[in-house]
This record gives sequence, structure tokens and C-alpha cells, in this order.
Amino acid sequence: MTGELLLSALGVVGMLLFLTVTTFALVWIERKFLGHIQMRLGPMRTGYHGIMQPVADALKLLFKEDFIPGSSDRLIFWLAPLAVFVPAFLIWVSIPFTKELVIRNLDMGIFYIVAVSVVSIIGLVMAGWGSANKYALLGGARAAAQLISYELPLIMVILSVVMLSQSLDLKTIVEKQAVIPYVLLQPLGFLIFLFASLAEVGRTPFDIPQAESEVVGGPFVEYSGIRWSIFFLAEYVNTFAVGVLGALLFLGGWNWPLLPPIIWILVKSYFLVLVIFWMRATFPRLRIDQLMSLAWKVLLPLAFLNILIVGAHQFYRWPAWSLSLISLVVVLAVGYRLRWRRIAGTSRLGLSLATERRLANDRTP
Amino acid sequence: MKMEAEKRFDTVDMMLNMGPQHPSTHGVFRMVLTIDGEKIVAVEPHIGYLHRGTEKLCEGEYYLQIVSLFDRLDYISSFNNELAFVIAVEKLMGIQVPERAEYIRVIMCELNRIASHLMFYAAFGADAGAITPFLYAFREREQIQSVFEAVSGARMMHNYFRVGGVIEDLPPDFGDRMNKLIPKLKQGIQECDDLLTGNEIFIARAKGVGAISAADAIDFGMSGPNLRACGVLEDIRRSEPYSVYPTLDFDIPAGQNGDCWDRYMVRMEEMRQSLRIVEQAIAEMPQGPVIAPQVRKIVKVPKGEVYVRVENPRGDFGVYLISQGGDKPYRVKIRGASFCNLMTLKKLLQQCYVADCVVVLGSLDIVLGEVDR
Repeated sequence: MTGELLLSALGVVGMLLFLTVTTFALVWIERKFLGHIQMRLGPMRTGYHGIMQPVADALKLLFKEDFIPGSSDRLIFWLAPLAVFVPAFLIWVSIPFTKELVIRNLDMGIFYIVAVSVVSIIGLVMAGWGSANKYALLGGARAAAQLISYELPLIMVILSVVMLSQSLDLKTIVEKQAVIPYVLLQPLGFLIFLFASLAEVGRTPFDIPQAESEVVGGPFVEYSGIRWSIFFLAEYVNTFAVGVLGALLFLGGWNWPLLPPIIWILVKSYFLVLVIFWMRATFPRLRIDQLMSLAWKVLLPLAFLNILIVGAHQFYRWPAWSLSLISLVVVLAVGYRLRWRRIAGTSRLGLSLATERRLANDRTP
Repeated sequence: MKMEAEKRFDTVDMMLNMGPQHPSTHGVFRMVLTIDGEKIVAVEPHIGYLHRGTEKLCEGEYYLQIVSLFDRLDYISSFNNELAFVIAVEKLMGIQVPERAEYIRVIMCELNRIASHLMFYAAFGADAGAITPFLYAFREREQIQSVFEAVSGARMMHNYFRVGGVIEDLPPDFGDRMNKLIPKLKQGIQECDDLLTGNEIFIARAKGVGAISAADAIDFGMSGPNLRACGVLEDIRRSEPYSVYPTLDFDIPAGQNGDCWDRYMVRMEEMRQSLRIVEQAIAEMPQGPVIAPQVRKIVKVPKGEVYVRVENPRGDFGVYLISQGGDKPYRVKIRGASFCNLMTLKKLLQQCYVADCVVVLGSLDIVLGEVDR
């Protein structure tokens, strides 16, 4: 019993270390990746190709003044970073990296993860309220609306994975994908998962709560130094969680041949994280009403449709290819609809004054 | 007691102060928004944070010195401002500017227009939430800036135009530089277009947002690309031609709906048209002197008054100059395009969302240096 407890404690410490290192790595990768997309080098001065930049950033943040606004609600202001940070780390307790490498595998692992991660919404709202700043309040309200709306399609699409694998245990879900990863079976589900979870972690194009151009950082506007860096850490840990969960639920987790399982899971997770960074580099931000209509009018109905398709597939025992075919057809139909709207949207300029070339001697002096 | 508590649930609108220290107000502009949740109920623009009294300063300076004050009005398009002032002085003095100087001025002004519109593109992308357009546009703008540096010696605040011409001829490698620059710019503008224009989210953010009718726009005194986006084909380069514009071949793009999208598209097309103008001007530029011979070091202007308008990248930029003889003007009145464009903000932001507010402001492409003067 004590031995088991000790092992768990060791696992938790190891996980905290791993996540901190991962955050540093992600910060560096994001800066370099964005830099190269934007035709610049990114950090270059701190170590080889700026590899120590995250450390320098962290040190800078540590030494900054810990400022608390005078009119803030101190207790809430103080608790808010914890309310975001703790759930972000708690979910890692039951995320398996390989068959053996997991702190505590739960029979209802995915259920636990979804349930715990929702708590961080409260932290954002608390930060928005406690700062006594109108921008923060607006950001907090946006965060609440956005995260609650996107929780639904996310849960629905996870449900469809659970229906396919007949299990809430992440290990079993991965083992069921030993031959065909679920992304091939339900591309529609994967896309919904990607968009909904992007909105969950508030990355571009769904970074509306933090929108720099309007609410200048939203809930975090009054936070500085170490408190702000806790939010920052939680954001990156959550982003990585999306990558790992995407890899576990849709990309077949650690099961691919040749390389050891731990390498595969990391490769897949980092690939998803890079896709997220890539979106950040290219996409503008949605507006809050557009975001809401995307959640309620597009993603949620599609998630229900996805469940229907999977349900029918399970009930009538259709072959696997039929499921991927139906899913692909739906994706293409939605894509075609968007493309059609895009062409209708980009009507070129209506009028243009025709060129008239006058003679040089007509010139008015 | 319970009733009272229930009564307290009725909502009140929130007042949100945006600026003057806000990343998206394009300088030191301040808006006081009254918002109901995310909807804007009312907006009150406050200007004047960058007021430097340029018009008054002009009265105490020599004509030569005033050119440098005009650089500092709309600091994104300095050449176009300088042009308005020197044309005004030349009209009063009746000076015929040498042909070569006119062409140099047009080349500089049109390159300046491209640089200014690239700046618009950069800021507009950032306002909509995209970070990469900023760096794409600045890469192209940097090349133009280095040409400006080679020609005038300064990246901003060029102080290059003089009454009667320009201060000195183009550098000897100007032709080579432009031969390299123009294809690069063409490609660069196309890349910028590819990056942002077709983006589904960008279209959703810009299309139909902040629309104004042509009649309203004219009533407000809107001008430049903002007015042309409403479908009004008004361009001073055509309607009241100055310099060598009548000999040059270019189209004037115009939109239909007067929304942010049309304002954006008009500017993207104007960059291409400006490149056309630059190409023609370089091909047709004659050799010869670059400053009229009768211009002395201390410019003395005969008594009289004149109003000159030029098409600045932001619209109709006017200078009303009164001289009572002597080496200093009696009065200089500046009509800023940004100022009039900005005044439509109240109209444009009706029934918008908070997020639209920065996009609409960005689409107007104001420069506070010119608004506050």
C-alpha cells in the first residue's frame, strides 16, 4: 500500500516535470514555427537557435512585480490561476502514454478527463470578475459562453468514439485502433474534435476570450509575473492535452509499427500541436456571435449526425469502410458548402473607372 | 425585500473606455463605447491626443521648413503631404516645375501609396486577429522604405520635395533598384492577397460590417478608398488632375457596398494600379533638371491665396494657403482625409459588436498624426 502510494507520488512528480519540460519545448517550437512561417528567424540569441528562450522567459516572469489591482476582489483574484492550473494538470493523472506508462488508469478515464477539464472555465470567469477590469470582465464572460458552448460538441464527438470502442477506458480505446485508427473511420468526428477542442483551449481562431486586438488579453489583463505565467503554463499544458487526446482517440495512440510506442504517441501529439500552431499563424479570429453560431448551428448538429452514423453502423453491423465513406461524404458536403459560400463571398470589385489616357498636352498646369 | 432584489436584475449598459493606450486604436485615439453585452449601443470618439499645432507652427516657419512639418502630419504617406504643400506654393508663385521632377514626385508618391496600403493591410489583418499578414506586409514595405532611404536619405520624414521640384536627382542605381523592386512587389502583393483575402473567417469578419451608403459617405466628407468603396468614382488624380497624372494610364477601383470588405478590396487593387503608374512613370521619365531655376534659397511668395487638393492614400488631402507676401505664410489650413473619414465612425459602428469596432476602425485606415494635426 505504501509502496503503491510512493509509486503514485513519484509518478505525479515525474508528470509535473515532464509537463514543465513539454511546456518549455512547446513555447520554443511555437516561436520558431511561427517565426519561420512569418519569414523571420524567431529567437536566436539564447543558446543554439534560441533553445534557452523559454527559460529566459520564465526567469523574466519570475522576477516581475506581482501586481494586484487595488480594487480587485483579492481572494478571487488569487484563486483564479489555481482554478485554471489544477484541472489542467489533474487530467494528466489518467492519460496513458503507452500501455504501461500511466499514473492511474481509470475504467472511465475519458469521462474523468472531460469532467475535470470543465472546471477550468470557472477559473477564467473568476479571473475576469476578480480583476475589477472591464476588459477582463468582458473576456471572462466570453470565456464562459465559449467554453460551455464548445463543451457539448466535444463531449458528443468523444461519445461517438466511445460507441465505436465500447469502452470509456483510454487504454481499450487505443487498443481497438490497433489496425485502423478512428480518424479513418470517422474523419468528420476528428474534425469536430479538432475544432471544438481548439475552442476549448482558446487558441486561434477561437481565442476570443483573450482577443488581443479588442479585450487585450481578456481575463489575464491585470495579471502579471508569476500569476500570469501560471495561466500561460496551463494554456500550453491544455494545448498539449488536446494533442495527446487527439492522438489517443483518433490517431491510434501508441500503436504504429517499427518505432517504440512512446515515440509514436509523442510524434502524433506534436503533429497535432503543430497543426494548432499552424492555424494560429494563418487564421484571423472569429467574432463572438459567429463563434456561437458555429458551435450551435454547425458543430453540434454535425456531432449529433456523427453519433447517428456511428449508431447505425454499430446497430446494423455495417462494414468499416461504409462508416468512413459516409463520414467522408458528410465532410465533403460541408466543405463544398463552405467553399460555395466563399466564392459567393469574394465577389470582386463591382465598378472600376475605365482607363482613359489623355494626351500630354491636355494637361492642366 | 424580495421584490427589490428582483428589481435589481435589470441590466444597465456598460461603459468601456478604449484607448488612448489600446493596441488597436492605431495610435492615440480614444473611443468611449457604451455596450450592452457584446453589442455596441453608442460610441463617442475622442481625438486630440496628438495635436501639435501644425497649422499654427506653419505661420512661423519659412516655406522651406514647412515641408518638413507636412512630413509629420500623415507620417505613413509623407511624400503625398509634401506634394500638396509644394504644389500650393508653386501655384501662388506661378512656377513651372521641370518635367523630370514631376515624374520623380509621382513615382515617390505612388510608391508611398503602396507602402501606406501595405501598412493598412498589416494593421487590418492584426485587427481581425491574424498575426502573419503584418509580417508579410512589412517585408514588402521594407523594400520600398529602402528605396526611399536611397532617394531622400530618410526612411520616414523624407523632406525631399522642394518648391519648384525636388532637392536632388535620383541616385544613379535607381533604375536597377526599381527593376528589382517592381517584380518583387507584384509577387509580394499577390502573396498578401493569397494569405488573407480568400480566408473564410476573414470574409465573415469584414463582409457586411460597418457599411455606409454613398450618400451618407459624401455627406460626412469621406474621401479616398473609403469613399470609392461605396461605389463613388471620385479620385482627385482624375477629377482635378495635378502633376503628370493625366498622362498616365491607370484604373480607379471602386466597391459597391461600402463595407469593410470593399474598403479592403479597393486598397488591394489600388496597390496594383499604383505599381502600373510607377512602371509607366519610370519608362516615360525624361532627363533634365530636377528643380526650377528661378527658385531661391529663401522662397518669397507673392500675395494671394490658393487651395490645392491631392489624392493622399487616405483620401482628399487639401492645403489652403494664404500669403501676404514675404518668406512665411500668413495662414495654412489643412484638410485631413483621416479626420473626415474618422467622423463616420459613429455611423459605422451602429449595431456592431465590440470585436467589429476594431475592424471598422482599421478599415478606415486613419493616421492620428493627420487627424489631430
